This record gives sequence, structure tokens and C-alpha cells, in this order.
Amino acid sequence: MTTTSTGGDGERARPAATAPRAVRAPLYRPPEFRWEHDPERCARCKRCLQQCGFRAISWQDGPVADPALCVGCHRCEAFCPQQAITIRPNPQYLRPHSLWSEAHRRNLWLQAETGGVLLTGMGNDLPYPILWDHLLLDACQVTNPSIDPLREPMELRTHLGAAPDRLEVAWEGGRPELRTEMPPVLELETPIVFAAMSYGSISLHAQKALAMAAEECGILWNTGEGGLHADLRPYAHRAFVQCASGRFGVTPEYLQAGAAIEIKIGQGAKPGIGGHLPGEKVSQQVSETRMIPAGSDALSPAPQHDIYSIEDLRQLIYALKEATAYQKPVSVKIAAVHNVAAIASGIVRAGADIIYLDGFRGGTGAAPTVIRDHLGIPIEIAVAVVDQQLREEGIRQRASIIAAGGIRSSADAAKAIALGADAVAIGTGALLALGCTLCQKCYTGRCSWGIATQDPALTRRLDPYLGSLRLANLIRAWSAELEEILGAMGLNAIESLRGSRERLRGLGLDRATLDILGVKPAGVGA
Amino acid sequence: MSEPYRLDARGLHYRELNRRVREAVARGETRFELRNVNGQRYLADGLTGSLEFDIYGVPGNDLGAFMSGPTIRVHGNAQDAVANTMDAGRIIVHGHAGDVLGYGMRGGELFVRGDVGYRVGIHMKAFRDRLPVIVVGGVAGDFLAEYMAGGLIVVLGLEPRSRPELVGDWCATGMHGGEVFLRGEVDPRRVAGQFALAAPAGPEDMERLRPHLEAFAQAFSLDPEGLTEARFTRIAPLSHRPYGAKYAA
Amino acid sequence: MSSRFDRGARNISGCGLSGMMSLRGERVSGTAIRESIAILHDRSNGLGGGFAAYGIYPERAEQFALHIMYYSPQAQELTEEALEAGFDVVHDERLPTRPSRHIADPPALMRYFVSPRRARLAEAGLTAEDYVLERVMHINAGIEGAFVFSSGKNMGAFKAVGYAEDVADFFRLDEYRANIWIAHGRFPTNTPGWWAGAHPFTLLDWAVVHNGEISSYGINRRYLEMFGYRCTMRTDTEVIAYLLDLLIRRHELPVELACDILAAPFWKHIEELPEPRRTLYRALRRTYGSALVNGPFAIIFGRQGEMVGLNDRIKLRPLVAARKDDWLYLSSEEAGIRAMCPDPDLVWAPPAGHPVIGRVGSDRVVGEPGGALAPAGAGPACTGAQEETP
Repeated sequence: MTTTSTGGDGERARPAATAPRAVRAPLYRPPEFRWEHDPERCARCKRCLQQCGFRAISWQDGPVADPALCVGCHRCEAFCPQQAITIRPNPQYLRPHSLWSEAHRRNLWLQAETGGVLLTGMGNDLPYPILWDHLLLDACQVTNPSIDPLREPMELRTHLGAAPDRLEVAWEGGRPELRTEMPPVLELETPIVFAAMSYGSISLHAQKALAMAAEECGILWNTGEGGLHADLRPYAHRAFVQCASGRFGVTPEYLQAGAAIEIKIGQGAKPGIGGHLPGEKVSQQVSETRMIPAGSDALSPAPQHDIYSIEDLRQLIYALKEATAYQKPVSVKIAAVHNVAAIASGIVRAGADIIYLDGFRGGTGAAPTVIRDHLGIPIEIAVAVVDQQLREEGIRQRASIIAAGGIRSSADAAKAIALGADAVAIGTGALLALGCTLCQKCYTGRCSWGIATQDPALTRRLDPYLGSLRLANLIRAWSAELEEILGAMGLNAIESLRGSRERLRGLGLDRATLDILGVKPAGVGA
Repeated sequence: MSEPYRLDARGLHYRELNRRVREAVARGETRFELRNVNGQRYLADGLTGSLEFDIYGVPGNDLGAFMSGPTIRVHGNAQDAVANTMDAGRIIVHGHAGDVLGYGMRGGELFVRGDVGYRVGIHMKAFRDRLPVIVVGGVAGDFLAEYMAGGLIVVLGLEPRSRPELVGDWCATGMHGGEVFLRGEVDPRRVAGQFALAAPAGPEDMERLRPHLEAFAQAFSLDPEGLTEARFTRIAPLSHRPYGAKYAA
Repeated sequence: MSSRFDRGARNISGCGLSGMMSLRGERVSGTAIRESIAILHDRSNGLGGGFAAYGIYPERAEQFALHIMYYSPQAQELTEEALEAGFDVVHDERLPTRPSRHIADPPALMRYFVSPRRARLAEAGLTAEDYVLERVMHINAGIEGAFVFSSGKNMGAFKAVGYAEDVADFFRLDEYRANIWIAHGRFPTNTPGWWAGAHPFTLLDWAVVHNGEISSYGINRRYLEMFGYRCTMRTDTEVIAYLLDLLIRRHELPVELACDILAAPFWKHIEELPEPRRTLYRALRRTYGSALVNGPFAIIFGRQGEMVGLNDRIKLRPLVAARKDDWLYLSSEEAGIRAMCPDPDLVWAPPAGHPVIGRVGSDRVVGEPGGALAPAGAGPACTGAQEETP
């Protein structure tokens, strides 16, 4: 056995900057967007030139855009003081084809050119059915009055964590005293939390905005798998600190600092594969926080390497509980997949206090397009089957359920809660509040809005304080709407809606889906 | 030197054993002797500071997980997941150890006198002076140094070796930082060639390696010269960005 | 039985395993194996535990010992009719049990010592084993509420919903004497009430305990159905029992090769093999690709006179082996071994896909270090390494 270099004929191989690549073979790919400019309105202020993060605009006695580089983020359009810019989809001059959509053709051309796996950002954008849009909530009338949400108390306070099966209360001379030791719990003022978005996938400013808003609104944010930057340490007490397969930033201090610890097994945008932070976004600071070489791709392993079977998950849950002396609830985050009910049951029996279910519409900073668009199941179904499974097994109270993956409004949230979730998490919704326009180019690190980037020239555009105001506004607005919904339904406490499928009706859903959701069709009474 | 705090672990569930240890730590105990250990998990998890543990028996999985600072000596074999996400400290095993050791390790040292199993040193990370180190006296199984981002792994294959090869297959797959030293040669087919390069270690490499070999020798009362004078192969990443070409730009 | 059983929902399970075997055939009680599986308590969740024991019925060694559980009196009636029709039922009795507050709502538990009626064998044109197999499949798939959970000669499986150590006490395993004991503690995700879902899974004298999940279950099952096996236990492990029966008993392949089918070596390693083994292994993968068991697993399986431990091809589950004198031990954790044997002569972790095989009458264990061993992870079990350089 000899030691040789990797050169087959004994020649010492030269370390390359990157590994050998597929040979690029360009072909013409039509631009996705048209950048339209009205020179009459243009004030030649050059603001569009400054604002474009994708270097699509250059200056030749006026702005000139290379449409091939335009990703449709609309930053220039938003910031043009003269409204002289319009971004439109490039008209479909390609001959229409019901099977070979324009998207399919574009993707295939890109792959023929590069030999690469297609990447994308945010959540699944394909026209799969949206079950929220086939579910309607009940309202009270005549036989049971609605409650006035504007003036009557409405309680949205929510607790996340294990609850005991029953309480032991002692009567000492007529005074009751609680004997049961209550497990650790999280308290939210409203049943909404911010989804996990790592420092790396989003900018420090964006994370600060989330942390400040969580503090302001009495809810929680989530560090995601990128560790906890020192600037965010003051907000850790309102955070889920994540322990993901890359184990970035996981120290005893980190575990102690958080309100709860979340084991990330998977996420809805990429079931079965790990976190993906392209090298473009691994800045010096990200490198330091994650302890990986700057510029390297942070491709978290798909499995956590110490979890290959359900008893291993229990092992990690209890290692974390022992390491924090059982002071913190432990959450386990999984993607919604076909066997999610059995998996969730196993997770609860393994000792998790919270299960975070991420449906197939969940967002991401980067994922292979094919994975994002074709794997997983809807959160509506996942919540329904998990809640039902746990109830059938008599273990529903051992863990709370957080539902995530395409929660677009307070209506979606209310429906998720009616199906059985204790709370919902919002990721895409939160980023939209910060200015995101859903151009799906997060993986490039060029986000013009300063959200999904580490470039200081871009991140400084996002003021954390203003961002936190917008996020807090969103939470406040949705909470107010939840109160309206509860009042209309004759309820004044969110726990009376939770799991109450009786208050939902399905419209245009087939029998099998209705059965799985545990929901009656519209028209059927009590 | 004060007497160590002694605990007979026979018949104790891990939760009770660890609770007693934590209480003793809170009272100011710093040295511990645990006897008749057999399979109790999570020993020393999350503990910080200059504590010392002598463990007699076979500790259960996740020994020293998330630990930052203490020293643990195992007088016997250890099981899986030792030094899991360990931040600082030192674990010395006078025997073999199992699979998935040092997963996500970010500092400190793990020295194993005998063999180690599969998936050792996955995604170890380093930054400046924070350098995790794993030194194995025997041989290692498949997937050593998988996805390594930083740190140091050494496999010595001391005689009598249980197997002729120092490492198994898919060594250094996904490696993009750190280095692995093997005392002797390696069949290049066992090293993930698209990620890493195996070459004879040079004098500067040996200079870096020497203090770790000496520390290992001292921990097990071995003659350091047998280690420091040997010829080593060094495995290092080809690139800090091995997946750069995999995704369509 | 509830509607859950009809949904065809498959259990996933994580677990703990242990095994002990006397290479001399010495028979001992179930006390030691119980201690071992008790140490592995935290690998299970109390919803399933079980044991297999070999050599326990020496006085009736020529008869098939059927252990059957019944969830209703009708099930028992129908089954006993079917048994009478096909077999001489030499002896039947209730399985001895000890009441336990940890083991709730037991089904009716019976054992029958039977021999197939000659006329039936002639009519069916089957060997005795194939006839028993067919009848067991018929009862398990066809008679609602009846499950044959053991059907070998001079061996028996004992399983229930509960922690394994409590199951051992319930079935009074301290009163049996066996030369091979295999144990399992389960972490399933369906509710109690399904005793048949506990491990071990048996067929004739095969018994399998399994830690892991079979991601290739869909195709393994459809492959087996082509040969008349029916999967009725709603747990993926049963395909392993049937694959062993198919490959070893019916196709008469050596155990080592059967292991190389279940945990098939990678093409990369097959290409490195010298001839004629390269041709053999290419043929094995082409022919038996649907029998490759993919996903993490550690299994211990037994048959009369033999105990085998095997990992999946990239060893995603733990398995530790040990020897002391003429005893062979296997367990998910070394602590489990030390509970049976505090001071073994040799402890080792078998590499991926390399079986550990103990055979009664052979002092040398296949896969034991110090013997001829393949290099770690570098190829199939059948290296015949004495004659070849790796």
C-alpha cells in the first residue's frame, strides 16, 4: 500500500481553488424580466444604480439595465423617486406548451449550461392545492351569541411545553397548594412565533429586528442553525436556540442562554437534507460565529449524525436536558412528510416538549429547487394527523405543536389552531414585513433589501429598529384579527378554538381529505 | 489535594447519578470518582470549569457532551458519542471507544488508547486558537473526519493493531478544513479524493503535531519518541469550497 | 382490535438488542439475558419487549412448537380447527405466565407441539417446513385475532407489550434453559394492544430482533410476496425473517452470503475484489437487489445452533460483540454485555456488513478479531481472507 497523491499517474495534484467542475456550455436563455424605464420621468438621480444588489444596472448617461441580471426584486422600482421604473415579467414569446411550461424550459436550459443542481430560495411556489383556501371558519348567530371583540376581553395567551396529565393539589386547612412539579414552559402573549432563520441565511440586522420585535410583543424568535451572535445575546432569553446537524455555535453558555432548545431534524423546504448556506454568504463574521472557513459552503449534514433512530433522538433530547439541568423545554423541528404522525408520536415519546411541524411550503435561504418543490406534505394535513395521532395515543398533552410552512394571514393561523396547533410560526411572512418581495434569490447573497445577505453595503439598508417596528405591527395586526375571529365565533379564549375541528367546514374537498382533516363539509350542521 | 467525591454508581439511573454530581458541583466539589459505572449516560454533560472525573467501568453514551472545561479519565472502554459538541476540556479513554465521537467538537482534546468506531470527528470546527484535537492510539472505522471544517485528528495504529489499515473507507469525505495525520501510509482508495489529498507530512507539519503526540504519550505513559520519530501521512482538504461546482450558478 | 390495525400503518421503531450463546450448547436460564436488556432500558419505551430461546423443549425436539396469541375466543376456535385439520397436535397447553402489573391485558397465550399430517404433506407436495410456513401465513393473514408468534422446533419466542425485563418476568424465562438467548426492547410509535408487533419476528426456527428502520421495505415486501410470504405484522422487521428463510433455507445460500445480500457491499468494493469473487458478487447484486435491506440496522438472528449479529452496510446502528471462554455475546451497547458478563476476554465492534456468527460445536466465531478479518469497511463478509491478500 503506497501513499500517493490523487493524481493517477503519481504526479502531485495541485490544490485547486475549487474542485474540478462540470464544463460550462452556454446556451441562450431568455431573461425572466423586462426592465422598463421612462426617460421623461427620470431625474438621473442614480438611485436605481445604487440600490440594485444584483449589479443589473449600469450608467450610460442614464440608467441601463441588463435584463439577464434582473431578478425582479423591485428595489430600484421602489426607490425611484420619480416612479420611472417598471419591472415586468418578460412576455411569454415562447410558444405555449401545457406540459413544458416556461419554468421547465428555463430550468432545463440552465442545467444544460452548467451541469449543476438548481438552487432556489423561499418556499414552494408551484400550484399545488392550498387547503387553507378550502376551509372556512364558523360564526355565531342567534342560538349562541358572538362576543364583541372591540370591548370584551379576548385571551390569546399561549403556553408551549409539556403539561402534566393531572394535578395533585393538597388541601391544607381549606387552602389549596399545588403539589405537582410543573415542567418548564414558554409563555407567549399571542399564538405566533418567528420561524428559525439563521444568522448567515439572513443578515444580523434582520435577526436583530426579529429579536427586538419578539421582545416587544412577548413572543419568541429562533436563532436558526447559525449560532448566536454576540449582539443578540441580550435577546436570547426570548429565543429558541437551535441545535442542528452542523452544531454551529452550540456551547453550554448558548444552551443556558435560550428560553428553549430546538433540535432541528428537518425543515419543510428541504425534507431529508440539511441546511445550506452558500459560500457567498459566509462572511468573516459568519465564519467566526459558525467556526468554519470563510467562503466555504456551510452544507449541514442531512441527518444529525448522532440521530439515526428514534432512540438516538431520545438520547440527544436527554443529553440536552441533562446539560441544562432540565430547566428548558426541548423542541424538535421536523419537516412534514408522509409518515409524520408516527414520527411525531415517536418524538413525543422520546421526550420532546414541543413539536415544530414545517409543511412543504416552508421557506429557506437556499435549497435545491427539485427538493423544495416536490418533497413533503401540506401543513394543514400534518397538523391534523399529528394532533389526531397524539390524541388517540393519549399523549397529546405531553407536547405542544407549532405549525409552520406558508402561514399567510391570521385566518391561516386560526385555521391551523382549529385543526390542533398550539401556535403558528411565520418565516416568509416576517421577511415580507421587513421588505422582502419574494424574488427567491436569497441563495445568491445579493438581497437588495439587506435581508438575505451578508454584504455590509446591502445590510446597512435594513434598520433593525424600523424593521422591528414593522414586525411588531404585523404581530399586533394579526393578533387583533385573531380577536375579531374569536369574537365572531363566540369564544374569548384561544384554548377554546384549539383543536376544535367542529368550528371548521371544508369546501370543495374530497371525502378522503375531509376524513384526514377531521372536518365536516360545509352544509353539515352540528 | 482534597479527597475526591466518591460515588458508587451501581444500580443508579443516570438521572439520579448526574443529579448527585451536579449537586456536588454546586457545593464546591471539583474532583469525582465514579465506580461501578455501567451504561449510565450523559455523564458530565454541559458541565463547565476545572472539574476532574475518574470513571471506573463503562460509561454510557454521550459522555462529556456539550461539556466545556472538565477533564475526564475513563478507566475502561467508552461507548458512542463521547465528546459530542464538546467545547473545551479533556477526555482520556484507557480502552476503546465507539462511534460518532467528537461530533461537532469545537475545542478540547479526546485521547483514546485503543480503537475508535465509525464517523469519528464529523464536522469538527476550529477558529483561531480554539482547536479541537482527537488522537487515537489504535485504528478508526469508516467516515473518519467527515465534513471536517477545522481541528486535528491523529490515528496512530499502535501495535498490536487489530487491523492492518489505520482508517476505513470514505475518510475525509466533505473535508474542507482541518487536518488528519496517520502514523504510516494509507491506501489512497480509502481517502475521498475529490475532497482531500494524502501526502507525506513535512517538517513544519510534524512541528505542529509534536505537542499533541507528547500530550497523548504522557496521558498513557508511553514513550513519546516512538510517536514523534515515526513517519506520518497528512490528509488535508483540497478546497475550502468542495461543493462550489455542484450547484447551478 | 381497533381500526388502527386495518389502516396498514407501519410502525417505526428504535430499540435495544442483546444476545448470548453457548458455543458448547450449554443451556442456561433467562436471568442473564434479562439483566442485559434491563440495562438497555432507555433504548425502549416500554411498548414492546421480547425474547427468543433455543433448546428449550428437548423432550419434544422433533415437533414444531407453535406459540399462538388469541385476541378472541373465536380466533382460538378457528385456529385450533385449522391446526387439527393439518397437524397431529401432540400436546397443547397455556403458556406459563406470572401475573404482572407491568403487563396489562394479555391476550390468550397457548403453545402447541405439532407434526404435519403425512396425508396433508403428500397432498400439498411440500416439505414439512414449507407446510408449516404456509399454515402460519394462513393463520396470521386469514384468521382475525390469531397470531402465531413462534413456529420452530425446540425453540420459542416470548413477547408482549411492556419493558423487556418485565416481559421476561411475565413469561417466567428464569425457568427455561436455552443455549441461545436473544432479547429486544422496543420503542414503537403505535399504542399498546399489539403484542404481535413486538420483536422477535419468527418463522420456523428463525428469530430476528432488529434495531433500525428499513427504508427499502416497500420493495423488500413486494419481492417476498412473489415467493408466497405475506407481511402481516405491520412492522418492517418481518421482512428480514422472511428474507433469511428465503435465502438460507430455500435458496440454500450460506449465511455469510445471505448477509452479503442483506448488507450488500458497495460496487466500489466489489470492483476491487479478485476473481472469481467479483463475478459472484456482481451476480448477487443483480439477482438479489430487491433483497438489499437499506436503512440503518443492527440485527441479531438465530436458528437452531446458530446466532448471528449484523450491521447495515454503513453501520448506522451500534452493535458490540464479546467472547468469554466458549460464550459469545452481542448487544447494542457494551454495558449490555457487561451486565451478562462483567469480565469478557475480548470485546469488539463488528464492522459494517460483516456478520458475527456463532455456531454450536465451533470454538471459532466468524468475524472475531484475531482470526482472518477483512480490512475495515473494505468489502464483503465472505473474504475467505486466509487465501487472499486484501
